[in-house]
Amino acid sequence: MFSIINISLLLLLWLMPELASAEELNQANTVWVLTSTTLVLFMTLPGLSLFYAGLVRSKNVLSVLMQCFAISCLVSILWLAGGYSLIFSSGGEWQAVIGNFSKAFLTQLTTTSLTGDIPETVFFMFQMTFAIITPALIIGAFAERMKFSAMLLFSGIWLILVYVPICHWIWGGGWLADLGVMDFAGGIVIHVNAGVAALVSALIIGNRRGFPVTAMPPHNMTMVVTGAGMLWVGWFGFNAGSALTADGHAGMTLLVTHIAAAAGALTWMSIEWLRYGKPSVLGIVTGMVAGLGTITPASGYVGPLGALVIGITAGIVCFYATQYIKRTLKIDDALDVFSVHGVGGVTGSLLTGVFASAELGGMGLANGVSIVHQVSIQALAILVTIVWSAVISYLTLMALNKAIGIRVNADEEVQGLDTVLHEETGYVDL
Amino acid sequence: MKLITAIIKPFKLDDVREALSDIGVAGVTATEVKGFGRQKGHTELYRGAEYVVDFLPKIKLEIAVAEGILDAAINAIAKAANTGKIGDGKIFVTNLEQVIRIRTGETGEDAI
Repeated sequence: MFSIINISLLLLLWLMPELASAEELNQANTVWVLTSTTLVLFMTLPGLSLFYAGLVRSKNVLSVLMQCFAISCLVSILWLAGGYSLIFSSGGEWQAVIGNFSKAFLTQLTTTSLTGDIPETVFFMFQMTFAIITPALIIGAFAERMKFSAMLLFSGIWLILVYVPICHWIWGGGWLADLGVMDFAGGIVIHVNAGVAALVSALIIGNRRGFPVTAMPPHNMTMVVTGAGMLWVGWFGFNAGSALTADGHAGMTLLVTHIAAAAGALTWMSIEWLRYGKPSVLGIVTGMVAGLGTITPASGYVGPLGALVIGITAGIVCFYATQYIKRTLKIDDALDVFSVHGVGGVTGSLLTGVFASAELGGMGLANGVSIVHQVSIQALAILVTIVWSAVISYLTLMALNKAIGIRVNADEEVQGLDTVLHEETGYVDL
Repeated sequence: MKLITAIIKPFKLDDVREALSDIGVAGVTATEVKGFGRQKGHTELYRGAEYVVDFLPKIKLEIAVAEGILDAAINAIAKAANTGKIGDGKIFVTNLEQVIRIRTGETGEDAI
C-alpha cells in the first residue's frame, strides 16, 4: 500500500516538475544565517546578561543572570512546542491572524526541509534567538524586585500571547505584513513590543524601594561595557542576518547598523558632555544601544546617510526619553528598557518609512507607495503593537499578582534577590 | 604602649608607610574604610540620574607603638599624610593594654 503511494507520488513529481521544490539549498546563505544565529544567541548569552547584570546592585547580580539564562531555556522549549509553528506555519483561513500547530514539535521537519533557500532548521533557530531576546529585554524594567517564579510564568505567557501574534502579523504572513509594514529585523516585533511591556510591568510592580532618592548606581561598569561590546557585535547577526542572504544586501544592512551604533553613541556622549560637563561610559554605551535599536527596523531598507540621521536621532530622542520617564514621571523602569528600546523602536520604525525611499538613499518603497503612506502603515503597526502588548502584559501581570504575587517583600528586596531567591552570592566575601 | 589609629587619604598610604619605616616602626595594619568629616561628597551621574555620594574612601591605619616613639610616629604620619586640603584625616591615640606576639608568646613592648 505504502509503496504504491510512493510510486504514484514520484510519477506525479516527474510529470509535473512545478510541484517539486522550487528552491534549492544555497550554502552561502545557509552559512551566514547559521553564523547570525550564533551571534544573536550570543547577544543574550552573555551580551545582554552582562550588560544588565553590571547595571544592578551587587546583591542582585545573579538574579539578572539567572533570569536571562532561564528565559533562554524556557523560550527555546516553548518555541519548539508551538511558538514557531503558530508564527510561521500557514494558518489557512486564519492566516491573517495566526498560524496553526502543523509545525509543533517540528514532527514533520527533516534535515532537508527548506525555508526559502536555507534549511528550515536554520530558519527555526535564527528566529528562535529573536524570540529569546525579546522577553529577556523586558526584565530590565522590573529588575531587583520581581519574584523568579512570577518572572518565569510571565515570560512564558507573554511569549505565547504577545510575541507570537505580533510576530505572525508582521513576519509570519499576517495582516500587517499584507498591509506592507516594513520591519526588517524587529524594531516593532522586538523593541516596541518589549519596550511597552517593560513600561507596563514597571508601573504594575512599582518603584524600587528608595527610588528615586536612594543612590542605586551600577555595581560593575566593566561588566556593562563588556556586555555592550557583545551586543554591538552580535547585532551584526541580528540585522544583517535578517537579510537571510550572504550578499551585498546583508553587507549594506551591516554597514548601516554599524553607522547607527556609532552615531547614537557619539550623540548621547555629546549631549552628556554639554549638559553635565563630562562624557560618561554608561552614556556612550547606552547611546550605542539606542542607535542599534532604532536602526533595527530600517536596517535592510536604508542607506548610510539615512543610518547616520537615524543614529543621531536615536541618541537625542532616547536620551530625553530616559530623563522624562525616570526624572519627570519618576517611573522606575530600572534599566530604561522603554526609553531606549520602546522609544527607539517607535522612532526607527517611523523613520524607516522615510529613509527607505529611493530619493533619500534607501532601497526604495513599494511600487506606488509614497513616504506618507508608508509612514502611516508603520504608525498603524506600531499602534497595534503598543495596544496589544500593553493590554495583554497588563492583564497577565495583574492575574499573576493575584495568583502568586509578583514582587518580593520589602525585607527580601533590601537583602537582595541573590540570597533570597537563589541562596547564592555573586561575590564571595570573607 | 599606645595604639595609633590614623584615617588618611588612600593615595597617601605609601608615603605614610615609608615615613613610619624611616623612624623604625615596622608593623602597620591597613583597612579600606569609608567616612566623611568636613569633606563634601562627590556627585556621580548614571544615565542622567545624579547621586551625591557622602561617604568617601579612606584608609585606616592601626599601629602599636612604645611610648618612647609615640611622638615621632605621630609627627611622621601627620607630615606624610598632609596635603593641606580638607579631608586629610585624623589621628587617634588610645592606650594599649597588652600586646602578644603569637609565634613566640612574647608580651609587652617586646612584642611590638
